[in-house]
Amino acid sequence: MPSTTVLKAGESAPKVLSLYRQLLRQGNQFAAYNFREYAKRRTRDAFRENKTVEDPRKVQELFQKGLRELQMLKRQTVISQFYESDRLVVEGGLSGKDKSGQGGIVRQKDTGWD
Amino acid sequence: MANIAPSVLRQASRLASKSTLSAASRRSAQLLSSSSTSSPARVVAARSYVTETKRDHAQVQLDTPIRLDKKEFEQPGIALSGQDGSHLSPMADVLKQATVMDEGQRPIYLDMQATTPVDPRVLDAMLPFFTGVYGNPHSRTHAYGWESEKAVEQAREHIASLIGADPKEIIFTSGATESNNMSIKGVARFFGRSGKKKHIVTCQTEHKCVLDSCRHLQDEGFEVTYLPVMSNGLIDMKALEDAIRPDTALVSIMSVNNEIGVIQPLAEIGKLCRAKKTFFHTDAAQAVGKIKLDVNAMNIDLMSISSHKIYGPKGIGACYVRRRPRVRLDPIISGGGQERGLRSGTLAPPLVVGFGEACRIAKEEMEYDSKRIKYLSDRLLNGLLSMEHTSQNGDPEHFYPGCVNVSFAYVEGESLLMALKDIALSSGSACTSASLEPSYVLRALGNSDESAHSSIRFGIGRFTTEQEIDYVLKAVTARVGFLRELSPLWELVQEGVDLNTIEWSQH
Repeated sequence: MPSTTVLKAGESAPKVLSLYRQLLRQGNQFAAYNFREYAKRRTRDAFRENKTVEDPRKVQELFQKGLRELQMLKRQTVISQFYESDRLVVEGGLSGKDKSGQGGIVRQKDTGWD
Repeated sequence: MANIAPSVLRQASRLASKSTLSAASRRSAQLLSSSSTSSPARVVAARSYVTETKRDHAQVQLDTPIRLDKKEFEQPGIALSGQDGSHLSPMADVLKQATVMDEGQRPIYLDMQATTPVDPRVLDAMLPFFTGVYGNPHSRTHAYGWESEKAVEQAREHIASLIGADPKEIIFTSGATESNNMSIKGVARFFGRSGKKKHIVTCQTEHKCVLDSCRHLQDEGFEVTYLPVMSNGLIDMKALEDAIRPDTALVSIMSVNNEIGVIQPLAEIGKLCRAKKTFFHTDAAQAVGKIKLDVNAMNIDLMSISSHKIYGPKGIGACYVRRRPRVRLDPIISGGGQERGLRSGTLAPPLVVGFGEACRIAKEEMEYDSKRIKYLSDRLLNGLLSMEHTSQNGDPEHFYPGCVNVSFAYVEGESLLMALKDIALSSGSACTSASLEPSYVLRALGNSDESAHSSIRFGIGRFTTEQEIDYVLKAVTARVGFLRELSPLWELVQEGVDLNTIEWSQH
């Protein structure tokens, strides 16, 4: 759950974007609903909050922090998947329905990157 | 002749069993061929001899909007067969069950005042100390001890910086209850020994462990004043000033109430206590990491902190004990002299490190979290108060937004809790949740028994989502309405009868 990282125009922008994407994907791997939602929300908010940061040193600092958070996420999502519990009543939306059309099937478990 | 009869019997029985067996197999074969289009799951069900346990056997089944949403899946065949009678796959039955399972059965957690989940970041910091780094932090002779000690001291710094204290002033205990006991009994016993200071001031809405410690001291010959609170839950400063006597050893007022969430004016109380030269203890288990606290600015002499209320592990807490001017305590636990001799016993490095990390995160995220919790709390409170005959308990201005206590008139709180089995809620503190007594905190506010009985506490935390709040609002609205429809009192109220004017006949 990264608290702060940056999105900065310039040479490091692709790296930062890639970190952002990795953090989001990794956060989505939490088996526990609340942690999963928090990880995604916190990542998004942290990047938005710091998108105007220009100072290269600060950018670097935040980038390093993001990397540390990513490593933590990698470990913790695995643990979360080991000790998975029943799903919450709110998961899968308020109704658990797949509104995409035919089939009416919702995935039982989030798989892949999504 | 004697052994013919049994053998005939045996043969006959063998034949009979064979024929039943073959009949059974024939029947099942028929079943298979007839139901080849239906799912394999049904065949399995036909063969099993043990009926499946119903998962929601003890639940109150109400036709709430949430249940109505799922109706399509609960009735077999409707969702999947399609209106135009289109082709139904053989797996449809199995998958239908999968869709229902997708939603899960686990209730939403909205009891953050009781305890909070351990933050994954905290667990990540703790794990090394459960596996590789196992030294005793008090071992001074080898590297195992040193590395543990270093981590413990770092955690101490994090905790101290969260409340603006010096790391040396933090004493680790097993939790806020122990910290409260240590502070109140410790100070009272130390200063009561000379016989000059035999008086303690506390308030009626304190946590049970503070009240019980005071009760215990009364048996030892101390005098205790239990201050009443105003109807909004705040203490009256004038009453406090009058209650403090020259022989008062300690004033103990909690920072944030665990049931109604009101924030007491700590800085004013601290100033008053300093002026009156008594020690000021505050139970900040619900406040640390959630609101800004500074022990020096607020003149707090002793403070109880709990780890599991701020997304840390259970089983650890801390007590802040001021060094300048020094607060002297009589330790409850004596032994090896760890923690300045105030609380002997080996520290648990994994818990201490987790606690420290939780404090570090709480400090870093306080702004973000409080903004978020305020937003969710406003959403919940506006939704709940927009229902008729609901009221918020406690001061609507000076309260911690993560603790929302609402009274639903004409509804029994316990039956509402039973109806809200899909939401983990509580009507008051966890310590008293086993009893059906109305909350003493709400009684102290001057609420009637009925009002105290119909109150529910909603705790919002770092990991609560908007979706959960919306679900709760929808569920509470529907079920409060349902329960009120059942109530004869509600009918009278709808007819415009004032319930206070009714004279109930005695049987």
